[in-house]
Amino acid sequence: MNARLHTVPEQFDDPVQQREAATLGMWAFLATEILFFGVLFAGYTLCRVRFPDAFAAASRHTDMLLGTIETAVLLTSSCAVALSVREVQLGGRRLATALLALTAALGISFLVMHGFEYYAEYEEGLIPAIHYTQHGVYAHGIEIFYCLYYFITGFHSLHVTIGVVLLLVMAWRTWHRAYDADYHTPLELTALYWHLVDIVWIFVYPLIYLVGRAG
Amino acid sequence: MSTVELASPARSYLEEGYGLRSWLTTHDHKRIAVLYGIGITFFFFLGGLAAALIRWELVTPAGDLVSAETYNKAFTFHGVVMVWFFLIPSIPATLGNFLLPLMIGARDVAFPRLNLFSWYLYVVGGIFTLGCLLLGGVDTGWTFYTPFSTMFSNSHVLMAVVGVFIVGFSSIFTGLNFIVTVHTMRAPGMTWMRLPLFVWSMYAVALVMILATPVLAMTLSLIGLERLFGVGIFDPALGGDPVLFQHFFWFYSHPAVYIMILPAMGVVSELITHGARRRIFGYRFMVYAIIGIAVVGFLVWGHHMFVAGQSMYASIVFSILSFIIAVPSAIKVFNWTATLYKGDISFDAPMLYALGFVGLFMLGGLTGLFLAATALDVNLTDTYFVVAHFHYIMVGGAVMAYLGGIHYWWPKITGRLYSEAWARFAAILMFFGFNLTFFPQYILGWEGMPRRYHEYLPQFQVWNVLSSAGATILGVAYVLPLVYLAWSLRYGARAGANPWDATGLEWQTSSPPPPHNFEQVPVVHEGPYAYRR
Amino acid sequence: MTLPQASSFAPNVDHLFDTLLALCTLVVVGVFTVMIVFCVKYRRGTSAERTPARSHLGVELTWTLVPFVLFMGIFGWSVHLWIRLRTPPKDAQPIYVVAKQWMWKVQHPGGQREIDQLHVPVGQPIRLVMTSQDVIHSFYVPAFRVKQDVLPDRYTELWFTATQAGTYHLFCAEFCGTDHSRMRGEVVVMAPADYARWLQAHAGIGLAAQGAALFRRLGCSGCHDPQSGVHAPSLENLYGSTVPLSDGSQVLADERYLHDSILLPKKQVAAGYAPIMPSFEGRLGEEDVLALVAYLKTRGTQTEKPE
Repeated sequence: MNARLHTVPEQFDDPVQQREAATLGMWAFLATEILFFGVLFAGYTLCRVRFPDAFAAASRHTDMLLGTIETAVLLTSSCAVALSVREVQLGGRRLATALLALTAALGISFLVMHGFEYYAEYEEGLIPAIHYTQHGVYAHGIEIFYCLYYFITGFHSLHVTIGVVLLLVMAWRTWHRAYDADYHTPLELTALYWHLVDIVWIFVYPLIYLVGRAG
Repeated sequence: MSTVELASPARSYLEEGYGLRSWLTTHDHKRIAVLYGIGITFFFFLGGLAAALIRWELVTPAGDLVSAETYNKAFTFHGVVMVWFFLIPSIPATLGNFLLPLMIGARDVAFPRLNLFSWYLYVVGGIFTLGCLLLGGVDTGWTFYTPFSTMFSNSHVLMAVVGVFIVGFSSIFTGLNFIVTVHTMRAPGMTWMRLPLFVWSMYAVALVMILATPVLAMTLSLIGLERLFGVGIFDPALGGDPVLFQHFFWFYSHPAVYIMILPAMGVVSELITHGARRRIFGYRFMVYAIIGIAVVGFLVWGHHMFVAGQSMYASIVFSILSFIIAVPSAIKVFNWTATLYKGDISFDAPMLYALGFVGLFMLGGLTGLFLAATALDVNLTDTYFVVAHFHYIMVGGAVMAYLGGIHYWWPKITGRLYSEAWARFAAILMFFGFNLTFFPQYILGWEGMPRRYHEYLPQFQVWNVLSSAGATILGVAYVLPLVYLAWSLRYGARAGANPWDATGLEWQTSSPPPPHNFEQVPVVHEGPYAYRR
Repeated sequence: MTLPQASSFAPNVDHLFDTLLALCTLVVVGVFTVMIVFCVKYRRGTSAERTPARSHLGVELTWTLVPFVLFMGIFGWSVHLWIRLRTPPKDAQPIYVVAKQWMWKVQHPGGQREIDQLHVPVGQPIRLVMTSQDVIHSFYVPAFRVKQDVLPDRYTELWFTATQAGTYHLFCAEFCGTDHSRMRGEVVVMAPADYARWLQAHAGIGLAAQGAALFRRLGCSGCHDPQSGVHAPSLENLYGSTVPLSDGSQVLADERYLHDSILLPKKQVAAGYAPIMPSFEGRLGEEDVLALVAYLKTRGTQTEKPE
């Protein structure tokens, strides 16, 4: 595969039009993604208004240290993927591939850390319907918090997983010279997607981990 | 517009391949449109059968034809199928898929593979829905209100929810494709203000599809979780809020109404300009009205919940927004009427469908005002008044426009002419059958007959019998096009490139068009509907 | 129209309906006439003059603004009526309704119980306090032009003043399962004297007395009694008062607050008290809660006299 041999599909006039279409398509897709997460955040907000204390208490059960590390990991990975796009634009290949691999590795480590969190919560009996042993004052509200927690973080982790797969494919193709300074739309779009995954997490992090820890 | 008339084109898209494989692996937007057309027709008649069962049951006040459970499953199935497997994909996925690239002078949509994928999603969603029916059906109503759907119903809610969830993605991807296609693939000279109104309506619908459908998908997932694990945020027994479900559901489902009616408005604008051979009256206002409806459509969902336990002040806000969204609809009716002024009107079948649409849409729209008025809605909501109102919009409106569009573009799609006399007869029969079916339901609603009733009070019987009689006529009127259109496929006369002598890029290529639509990309020099100098 | 006007709202609602109906008929007739005239005059082949039309901004603005103004007028009228529909007068008599699949259970403050029937007097504002034991139902009396969804775990309210003696249909208007269409009943409106006789004939133990019995049986006084050693809020004069909560906000102690404090005591904890009250969710039916609420309202209420 060589970037210069990249053919434009029949429906497009030229590479410029194709690139425009692909980019706009990605942005439109990201808009739907925001709506996907938007509903969950709306649901979260309303439930939190109903059970403010329970949500604060539940939030204190989460692992803030891991959550913070995860945030740092995702932010770093976003930076890495942005640098790799720049590297390809400047004609580089080795460094770009390495950066993409690094991004994917960071994504995987994010998932692993999340796995540890889920396991710890299982031990603690915080998984509604599967292993839930909370009693006492806020048991009810905490259950709702954890329902939303698993739904939101699970849905987000699904996005991370898809992103990691895409990044690995991009790394492979970059290494095999599929992209160069003229043509690298798929790489750019993957980076865009990865940034969205990152941005969503920026909202998840305070909502899940920091709620009960103010003051 | 460019006047490239193609005498004898190479091969049409229909002749590109004949095997099943050539259809099921096609990337051609026109073939995908035909595939959608087949699926939609199938589901339309399936949903129609459920409706027939409902109307037959309601001939007598006692619930004597089918059991209450069967009745509840019938109207649920009718709603689910008609909303998600017929109305929402109807015009966008068939006419839209076929015409959008043609109308803007493109060779295909921007993402042909994604387009085919969305058809497969539609089919898989459909299989789940049929599977749900075969397992025994679902009895929650198409609205899936909690906590009934999550904790109390013993039917196959999960299966139905999965089907709808999947078909939602089909709708999202279609919307995505349309937005990108309209933005990036217009022919040279095809500026935004030269787009036919049908394209504008597709664009607006695509926006609504990609922004509203995700909300439905997530809401249905939450329902699924709640049913599977008994945990969630909607069930009051678990501390949740069932009204929150209604908010989420209508946040999608009200815009969904505009997914159904905006394309119909687009089609009718094409049909009326052609029938009257005039430019559309007030093109700019029509465009603004389409966009206005799409945007404000996101802000009126609460008018479904005036008596649902929503705060009094929220209801007032939703009420005023609902009145405001009626203004662009009114503008459209006036503009269509004014387009007739000084026209050169012929009453071909598509024009009859279009005129029928305007009449029925107006009745449906005006009764919407009664429901937007909070004090009247208290009495009318959840009665047959509402049923009549939305059928006037969705069946009288969207289905009439869909069929009108199918007739108008039939020669372009198939290369054949249908029987004009039969088509006119069917259109007129449909108009009368429709009014006889649904007008009595307005009266029933005002007199207090609640909807979704398996048994009803004897005093309501007269109107119910009239309605069922109308439904029978309507049923016949719907079968007619199936017959004569199918007949035309084999025996109809061959259509030329432009049998209607109409404007628009789609008429400037051969009928049926070649695989990539145009031998040569047309160049556009003027706005749409240039019927008279 | 065969629908009787049996409440004080009915004539007002009908007035609005008729006005809107007349307006809409006018529009329909007008637009249809114009369409038909155009269709006939400009049908193909006639010799009507067909010079192209000129600029038409004025026309467009006219038919944008005129409907807008009319719609706002209707909106204003409707909202005026709506606010009245949603604001029960202070002297409205409460009656309690519990909906369940598929029946209506009614409890009067005097202890009278009915199923699928509701007896009310003419001329007295009635406030229904309603809740559901399972799914969402909707209380609908067409003759009164009122409807209100009935939600599980929450009180919704509906008020009306019946104006005409007679028997009227009561429907469930929100789909609630298999026998939804059989969840019907009747509202019997009686002259005040007849109503008083009916109340007497069906008198049971007053609702508040039932609540008092429950209050003792459940051992509520063990904590809420002023002499009790447990630090629990006093229930005297609670109903209708403003309660400061532990999170700093304030809440009006209405029926919903009392209901939630019994079933979900942790939801709103009174300021200065530990959240130690056990939840009675699952141990009490909605009817029992209503009895307790009725009893609590008699403990020195600020807005209503003890019943």
